[in-house]
Amino acid sequence: MNKIVSLLCGIVFGIGLVISEMINPEKVLGFLNIFKDWDPSLVFVMIGALLVSTPVFHLFKNKKKPLFSSNFLISSNKEVDKKLIIGSVFFGAGWGLIGLCPGPAITSLALLNINSALFVTAMFTGFYIGLKVN
Amino acid sequence: MNIVNFTPITALSGGLLIGLSVALFFIFNGRMIGISGIASNFLISKDNRIENFLFLLGLILGPLIYNQITGREINISISSSLTLLIIGGILVGFGTKLSSGCTSGHGISGISRFSLRSIIATVTFMIVGILTVLITGIL
Repeated sequence: MNKIVSLLCGIVFGIGLVISEMINPEKVLGFLNIFKDWDPSLVFVMIGALLVSTPVFHLFKNKKKPLFSSNFLISSNKEVDKKLIIGSVFFGAGWGLIGLCPGPAITSLALLNINSALFVTAMFTGFYIGLKVN
Repeated sequence: MNIVNFTPITALSGGLLIGLSVALFFIFNGRMIGISGIASNFLISKDNRIENFLFLLGLILGPLIYNQITGREINISISSSLTLLIIGGILVGFGTKLSSGCTSGHGISGISRFSLRSIIATVTFMIVGILTVLITGIL
């Protein structure tokens, strides 16, 4: 069952990225362009997502176990360290350079766009480099 | 500053769907979605590999299903050069691996959990993203 949930959640997430237009790098770069022509839409995407995910998380986090899995897997890392900050700086730079983050980048592979395929290949290379550095 | 291309209704609707996906994944599978984590773990870890693969496959099926249902074309515009795309992709992959999260993992799932780590990560990558757009706009 959890495999079906994974597929369905991916589909719902992907459609969410399409409807909110976050799949379009131009839209994301418009959000980051706050000093000139600012498109605040991404703020509403985050509000919409958090409106659902926050109450649901807090309602279910103390349950014994999830419905289709043996236990909850939630990050216990609370440390604000150099890796968190440096990693976020690198990520922000790449995001601001192209306007793609991991979700929209992978979702946009559906459009058979050669540029997003190139970006995703580079991103997976980056994961691998990050793993080696860690 | 001018406000342009603002689409609050579709942004909020899409956001609600993203939140729904995060919520369902948590209730049923017990994990908080972070796409950089799902994608990088699919690459390097045997744990939950099938679930991770199916989620990523779902992401890619999403636009195709949307297109089938609504009949609407999805247009995206990536205007960066090939060199920039490679540099940007490596920065995004490396950075999210190092900080263990991206816009979804820190920005949505982490903030839902009120995680201080994720709030700090989100503020950091947003500020750096804004500065990057500012600088590339000047150059």
